[in-house]
Amino acid sequence: MIHMDNVSKAYSTGNPAVNEINLHIEKGEFVFIIGSSGAGKTTLFKLILKELEPSSGTITVAGQELNSMKRKQIPKFRRNIGVVFQDFRLLKDRSIYENIAFAQRVVETSSRRIRREVPQALSAVGLAERYRAYPSELSGGEQQRVALARALVNKPQLIMADEPTGNLDAQNAWEIMKMLEEINEQGTTVLVVTHNREIVDAMKKRVITLEDGRIVSDEKEGGYEHEA
Amino acid sequence: MKLNSLLYSFRQGLKNIHRNKFYSLASVATMIVCIFMFGVFSAVVVNVNHVVREAEKGVAVVAYFDEGITDEQIAKIGDTIRARDEVESATYVSPEEAWEEFAPIYFGTEDPELTEDLIQDFAADNPLANSASYEIYLKDVSKQDELVKALSEVEGIRRVDSNEVVADTLTNFNKLVGYLSIGIIVLLFAVAVFLISNTVAVGIAVRREEIGIMKLIGATDVFIRAPFVIEGMILGLVGSGIPLVLVLLLYKRLEAFIESQFGMLAGVISFVPAGRVFSYLVPVSLCIGVGIGFIGSMLTIRKHLKV
Repeated sequence: MIHMDNVSKAYSTGNPAVNEINLHIEKGEFVFIIGSSGAGKTTLFKLILKELEPSSGTITVAGQELNSMKRKQIPKFRRNIGVVFQDFRLLKDRSIYENIAFAQRVVETSSRRIRREVPQALSAVGLAERYRAYPSELSGGEQQRVALARALVNKPQLIMADEPTGNLDAQNAWEIMKMLEEINEQGTTVLVVTHNREIVDAMKKRVITLEDGRIVSDEKEGGYEHEA
Repeated sequence: MKLNSLLYSFRQGLKNIHRNKFYSLASVATMIVCIFMFGVFSAVVVNVNHVVREAEKGVAVVAYFDEGITDEQIAKIGDTIRARDEVESATYVSPEEAWEEFAPIYFGTEDPELTEDLIQDFAADNPLANSASYEIYLKDVSKQDELVKALSEVEGIRRVDSNEVVADTLTNFNKLVGYLSIGIIVLLFAVAVFLISNTVAVGIAVRREEIGIMKLIGATDVFIRAPFVIEGMILGLVGSGIPLVLVLLLYKRLEAFIESQFGMLAGVISFVPAGRVFSYLVPVSLCIGVGIGFIGSMLTIRKHLKV
């Protein structure tokens, strides 16, 4: 699903944020990426989304070579990826229903499909009843579930979550993780960038640790305890 | 872009306007002033042109023939003159007609009977026997010099009289009004483009987060930009529609007023009918309005919306 070969990304000042990374994630995997802040997690995330161009090396995501991809092809490419953020990034002036429908409108889905699939996506995250509510009326955990529903509604091959539990209490964090696991079990590749030690240790998934822009460990059933 | 998405973009464009009421109002107001001025200037220019054109019809070039020329040659010269592009019409004036017209001035008398007698007395010995001529009227007075030069070279023409001062004045006045209005209008349009682009910039700033999400979800450039372009075009359309109605009302009012108050000027100043002015002013103004909206929003989008 994701193949990075000798990928480096240097900004004009300082050390490269990502340094000679080789990373291979297969279809259907569930992968955590951990590391202290400044380790290069966000840069890696942006490289995969083609928000940034690598300084060197090649990146292939969902079978598409990003280096040679033309600007015009980027939107179509991104439709393969569902993205979830720490701060939810919901549109505050629209209802929950509209927030999810928005993701479909953007990719020009027909109204009929929107009417059918938005309730499905809301049920999947357990918020079917609350479709008329606005983000400000929901708890953090609920908002993140809406964000997850939005990421899922276009049925992406890959879900990428950047600190999805960063703003949530332990119980809500677990709920979100369980949902991501379920999504993964249905065949979607999941990539989670996180600081949450407890969750990473408990989930027993593949863990890639970044430090100073390099991969320092890549464990099949890893956790923080494996750190040197 | 699908119809569905177009409708969505349209709704979002309207929403942008609604959210930025203050800026939208400011740019529509500027557009109204611009198009209003444009409409007024256009109407003035059309009417001044019309009056000048009417006045031009009275400015003639007179070509006199060589002595002893035959009627046949005169007819031939007439054909040559009429064949020229700048000539509106050419009338042959015989020596008798010339004398009839000139005699009252020459004898300086107001008594028609006395004049008639004098003309009769001189008829056999017409002092203007050699003054047969063509009175030539031009389509465009500014072409007078050219015509005079060309006519001087035609065989059989002895002399060409023209009134350069009148022709020059009319031509210059026409040009002055034209340049002045173009200058002011261009300036105003620049202001309108600036304001609309600012309004759209505010809209983009307000929607930064939404645009960011759209990009990550996989919205195409067109989809992201469309609401803003539509916003600009709606502002332009509204900003040009309103002043058109105002100018039309004003025009009709003024026309009626001048007619009722200055009836005796009817022969000198005649208004171009509103229908004729507005048949081109409406499409031109609407195109300009929508065009300014389009250009204004495009400029901003290119600057602030690197998708």
